[in-house]
Amino acid sequence: MNPTRQNPVTILLVDDDPDFLCQMELQLRNAGYAVTTAADCREAEAQLAQAPPDLAVLDLMMDHPDDGFALCYHIKKKNPATPVILVTAVTSETGLEFDAATEEEKSWIRADAMLNKPVRFEQLTREIERLLRK
Amino acid sequence: METLQILVVDDEPGMLTGVQRALRSLRLVLAEVQTEVDFTVETAASGELALERIEAHRPDILLLDHKLPGISGLDVLERIAARKSDILTIMITAYASLETAVTAIKQGAYDFLAKPFTPGELKATVHKAASNLVHTRQARKLAQEKRRIRFDVISVLVHELKAPLAAVEGYLSILRDGIAGEDPALQHKMIARCGERMDGMRKLIVDMLDLTRIESGQKARTLSRVDVAEIARKVMDNCQAAAAGRGINLMLTGPEILAMTADAGEIEIVLNNLVTNAIKYNRDGGRVEILLNQTDCRVTLAVRDTGIGLTEEEAARLFQDFVRIKKTETRNIPGSGLGLSIVKKIAYLYEGNVDVESQPGQGSTFTVTLHNEPEVHHH
Repeated sequence: MNPTRQNPVTILLVDDDPDFLCQMELQLRNAGYAVTTAADCREAEAQLAQAPPDLAVLDLMMDHPDDGFALCYHIKKKNPATPVILVTAVTSETGLEFDAATEEEKSWIRADAMLNKPVRFEQLTREIERLLRK
Repeated sequence: METLQILVVDDEPGMLTGVQRALRSLRLVLAEVQTEVDFTVETAASGELALERIEAHRPDILLLDHKLPGISGLDVLERIAARKSDILTIMITAYASLETAVTAIKQGAYDFLAKPFTPGELKATVHKAASNLVHTRQARKLAQEKRRIRFDVISVLVHELKAPLAAVEGYLSILRDGIAGEDPALQHKMIARCGERMDGMRKLIVDMLDLTRIESGQKARTLSRVDVAEIARKVMDNCQAAAAGRGINLMLTGPEILAMTADAGEIEIVLNNLVTNAIKYNRDGGRVEILLNQTDCRVTLAVRDTGIGLTEEEAARLFQDFVRIKKTETRNIPGSGLGLSIVKKIAYLYEGNVDVESQPGQGSTFTVTLHNEPEVHHH
């Protein structure tokens, strides 16, 4: 995706949907990113302790409906500069509209972007590249 | 209890107090809609005041004198009609003027009352109007509720089908574009996942059809004397492979023969859903026990597992359509979220019920109680 980079960008992908996790991992690897995956918060914390990623893509609703928020909070507390993308099917699952549109919402949610599932790969990489350029 | 607001519009003070007195203590029982109705009564001495009152208080029923000092009763009626409110107007016509009454009805009045009238006539007319109003509102509410439920069910169904569809599409495009490389094991894994997700979709569609057929009474039922123990053994045979694959032991406890009047297919669906769940949510090497029991006119089918169990809060939500308990232990277990809804609906067909007792981490026991018609003896 971005051949001028010296070292591949590392992305932490956290989602309890094994299909989404597997597909995004393959797609992102194919696009030249280095990817680590986790299927829940515990696994994600372990990954974070080992090697902080350049960017994180988190599912919002996993074992608990707000796991993504909690994880996002942890990442930002340790490394405020690490961009976080929250991915969620919350709109179709609960009927709640969720979007970090205003500055106030963003400061509260702390994620840098929110994407609604189903997420297209091109959409995800566009967001990733946009946030990495910042 | 419902309280309807009546606005009486007349320029004769005696008339206003008379009507107020007659209606204030009126209490109606509308048996068909199981509602009691009483009234609050307000008054207005002119058409202009009436329109103000209507704007401010939105009365349910309007008792409207035709002959008023300023704008006439018919003028008031016309303005109300233009606002498309569901207010019911009873036109009070002087001198039993048929012509005014007809004009009023044509302009949207619900009924008319000719002066002079007795309190009894007044109450009868108000009774009719109130009954009409309550019926219309309830019917509207019911229709709205029905549309809402239909919409909810379709939204959930669409979501439940979209997720596996997206997963299959994703794998296919990865395979098509050669993104996964040449590793045959990985390719096989992806193809197998496609199959699993499509099985899930098929199961959801079949369950949805079963559920709607049972709910709408469209499913043809064949009631005969069936042997529940025999059906249980058949279900165990069908589930044996899935159980053995995880080292789970299936057991049947109960009488050798348990006869009841039932639809064999329905009993099989109930047992199959419960046993399948008991295997799915069990631990490896666990146990599933089917317990059959018969008392006077009741048959109980219980399925006990040694699985992950449920908290009270989870158990309370469990029997709703599409509800699946989301936690670490259930993450990779597929299901339509309709199995227990189907069990519950079938139990209802037998004037029965389904219950769950559970200990988180220990296991759950699902008990279906069915009413068993005593065998009919032909002489």
